[in-house]
Amino acid sequence: MKLPVYLGLLHEAERILARSFRVVADGHGDEPDFHVILGTLAGQCDRHVEALEPVIVRFGSEVEGEEEHRVTADGVEEVRTGALGLLLDLQDLSVLVHHLDVMWTMVGQAAAGSRDRELLDIVVRCAPDADLQSRWLQTRMKQAAPQVLLVAS
Amino acid sequence: MVDRIADIWGTRTPYARGERWPVRVDQTLAPGVAEGDVDRWVQSACVLCSNGCGCDIAVKDGRMVGIRGRQADIVNHGRLGPKGLFGSWQGVDTGDRLTRPLIRVDGELVETDWDTAMNRIVERSRHLLHTKGPLSHGFYTTGQLFLEEYYALGIIGKAGVGTPHMDGNTRLCTATAATAMKESFGSDGQPGSYVDIDECDAMFLFGHNMAETQTVLWMRVLDRLAGPNPPRLVCVDPRETPVARAAEVHLAVRPGTNLALMNGLIRELFVNGWIDDAYIAAHTLDVDRLRATVERWTPEAVAETCGVGADDVRRAAEIFGTSERILSTVLQGFYQSAQATASSCQVNNLHLLRGMLGKEGSGILQMNGQPTAQNNRECGADGDLPGFRNWENPQHVQELADLWDVDPDTIPHWAPPTHVMQIFRYVELGSIEFLWISATNPAVSMPQLERIRRILDTEGLFLVVQDLYLTEAARYADVVLPCAAWGEKTGTFTNVNHTVHLSDKAVEPPGEARSDLDVFLDYSRRMDFRTRSGAPLLDWTGPEDGFRAWQECTRGRPCDYTGISYERLRGGSGIPWPCNDENPDGTVRLYGDGVFPTDPDYCESYGHDLLTGAATGPVLYRATVQPGKAWLKSEDYRPPHEEPSEEYPLRYTTGRTVYQFHTRTKTGRSRALNRAAPGAWVEVSPADAEQLGIVEGDMVAVLSRRGHLEVPVRVGDLREGTVFAPFHYGYWDDGGSEGSASAHHAANELTMTEWDPVSKQPVFKNAAVRIEKVRDGAGPSPAPTTAASRPARAGHRAAGRTTGSGGGPGTVPATVGGPEGEATERFPDTAPPRVASSEERP
Repeated sequence: MKLPVYLGLLHEAERILARSFRVVADGHGDEPDFHVILGTLAGQCDRHVEALEPVIVRFGSEVEGEEEHRVTADGVEEVRTGALGLLLDLQDLSVLVHHLDVMWTMVGQAAAGSRDRELLDIVVRCAPDADLQSRWLQTRMKQAAPQVLLVAS
Repeated sequence: MVDRIADIWGTRTPYARGERWPVRVDQTLAPGVAEGDVDRWVQSACVLCSNGCGCDIAVKDGRMVGIRGRQADIVNHGRLGPKGLFGSWQGVDTGDRLTRPLIRVDGELVETDWDTAMNRIVERSRHLLHTKGPLSHGFYTTGQLFLEEYYALGIIGKAGVGTPHMDGNTRLCTATAATAMKESFGSDGQPGSYVDIDECDAMFLFGHNMAETQTVLWMRVLDRLAGPNPPRLVCVDPRETPVARAAEVHLAVRPGTNLALMNGLIRELFVNGWIDDAYIAAHTLDVDRLRATVERWTPEAVAETCGVGADDVRRAAEIFGTSERILSTVLQGFYQSAQATASSCQVNNLHLLRGMLGKEGSGILQMNGQPTAQNNRECGADGDLPGFRNWENPQHVQELADLWDVDPDTIPHWAPPTHVMQIFRYVELGSIEFLWISATNPAVSMPQLERIRRILDTEGLFLVVQDLYLTEAARYADVVLPCAAWGEKTGTFTNVNHTVHLSDKAVEPPGEARSDLDVFLDYSRRMDFRTRSGAPLLDWTGPEDGFRAWQECTRGRPCDYTGISYERLRGGSGIPWPCNDENPDGTVRLYGDGVFPTDPDYCESYGHDLLTGAATGPVLYRATVQPGKAWLKSEDYRPPHEEPSEEYPLRYTTGRTVYQFHTRTKTGRSRALNRAAPGAWVEVSPADAEQLGIVEGDMVAVLSRRGHLEVPVRVGDLREGTVFAPFHYGYWDDGGSEGSASAHHAANELTMTEWDPVSKQPVFKNAAVRIEKVRDGAGPSPAPTTAASRPARAGHRAAGRTTGSGGGPGTVPATVGGPEGEATERFPDTAPPRVASSEERP
């Protein structure tokens, strides 16, 4: 059974995303809305990490050997500078969010297949946040893109 | 004669529920002018708050010499407030108006002619459009212009220049009202009416100090309170405002905690079964999510978070749950606070859960702050598309393109129009290099002023400011354009409850000043903006052309003006939209049938997530909407982002005082008004004053992470741990700019650059500060004694040092107007005006 691998990756990916949101929030602190909203989104990830604890205790999380194959393993560790850097950093965040969104979907499928009520409840509670995070990034990036790509220096 | 500075609301005319508010005609004339001397009276409406009182301007020898309320008007039944009486013509008929354009030469602003000034603007505008494109341009307007002027500006920005960077200072005062209605009902549009005050048996005022912000509306409430079967009143406000004093329940919440309270009130409705299940099923969506969201907000949990009594929460909820006709009003206490949109949507939800909407006495007034804010929202000179159209709906964009005969791609619709805080960020980053500010003063009114001053001073920014006076913001301009004021130009505007008034030109503007409309039309001509067929984009010759064009723009939209004309507006009362073939007399209340404008092809917005502001988007919206049903939007409470700490232990909030408006450009020039509230102050509770070792009148420094103020103290009645500063006071009349000649005293030196994620309205009402005494006071602070800022009632040793007596409130002289504050009141024996609609009972 490989579900523990996915649970472990999911657990870790949420931590990476939380950290990445905070790195971007702090690194682009001059964008007044970032600090607040990215902090909120990071808090959502913290809660997901917490929510996963009981099933990880139950199933375990075997991620050894999977690490090196992952394109999303490191997250955002430092921010770029300038307006273009901001857009690219947001784009990196959306990759991470999308990765998680898919991962929640897969875990949700497994939960449905196994009729595991506890896991299903966790998925129902947490998965919509990834969609929301993705929509916020889209909303913000779509607004920023023309200014960054056409007129910013 | 009545001293209307001392007696803000004038003489009571009590009336009972179901009766119409009696007429009282208020009037002032310039000293030495008798009624018989007046050459003519010119019809208008007051522009010194959002109430929209019908008035007539007295003219003698080509000058404005007086003002009188229109007794036939459905808004004010003849009354006027102190600002209208003493700050309308007196605020513009002064010696220091701008009378010639100014341009910057060698760093100094010097007088020039219109041709030179406009050519300078056009030259820079053309150059930037050519080299950088439309995204280099931003327009920041106001809530003070006329409908025709906003619509012209909207067309210029969207179809001429083609920039999404357009907003108004309505963002600071009323964006959340519009947003909350869009989120709940699918479109902007006020459900309730002032006439509901006559019919209600309970009123809830959420963060709304109506007694000072809309004095005439409060007169209507006071007259109900003085009559038989008065309405029960509930007030949510951290200060003991006149509203709080009149209320049966006063919930003095900690600033920043409104949503916790609202969630608690909603929960009580569910728990006690005070909901209309049939209405909810037939007319709303998402009740289960709402129920789940509020579940944890027991009265005890609310009490803990908000600092109010659990029993008071229960009493307030019971009044809402058991009254038969309820009117709610909402203003800046909610709009400028944390989680603004979510909190304001919960007010809508209270009414939706009980099905109390659009019926006599049952309604919502999501208030506006400014007289013409509504028109900015309607006309698209702010972050909206004209006619409440939806920028995400290609069909709506096409309609505008057809109306204006331009390519739809010219009209920016790839993202929402840019809100002002973001516009200023783009200026700061240098990607907006052309900023045109009309009739607003961001150098005093926007948050975190040190930052705003720095942005206005950005190297390479070309700044145009058009105004009546050389404001703090105008001092940064490259070109300053002198404009005509109220009474000096013709146009229409629309108040909180969508009543449209005409304001006719009474006198000529001073010197070379021109109407804002003429300026915009001139810019459009000089830029040679054209339609697809090659005609001039704006070929209007005057305001009435603009009004007709606007009527076409509103045809079939919620704000339908097609049945209103200048001719119909002259002589009688204002008329509430929608006014069209179906509703020839206008419409008083919206949504009486429970049908809301949420249809995806019709709605103004597809909505947002209230926590983050993430857009719902057309696909998800269409998949989830049930056209015609309202959304019960909800969100859980989260603590404000800046909470008191050891270093900054107090909560700071800002607001208005009754005698001043905005940054005092008009009211500060009225002797009667300015004498009543001549300078800045900060209000501190008796307990905090005691702890800080300060007394009434002491000079203190108020410090936040962003700046400091140095102002005298008023020890007043507000909740412990909270301090309040009025936001009106800037630097134009103290001999210097931005505090160079005197200490900082603009309230926004301390406020945060943070905004609501959905409405993008700045959070002016929550910051953490500390207070340090600077020196003993020489006497009491200049705060008025007549309203919320009056001295604390008891238990405080005020000004003991200076008077040598025991002190106390009695040592602060009462605010009076004297001869300059006198107005007449007449009580004609005439039937009150009925609202211009068949909805009215005979």
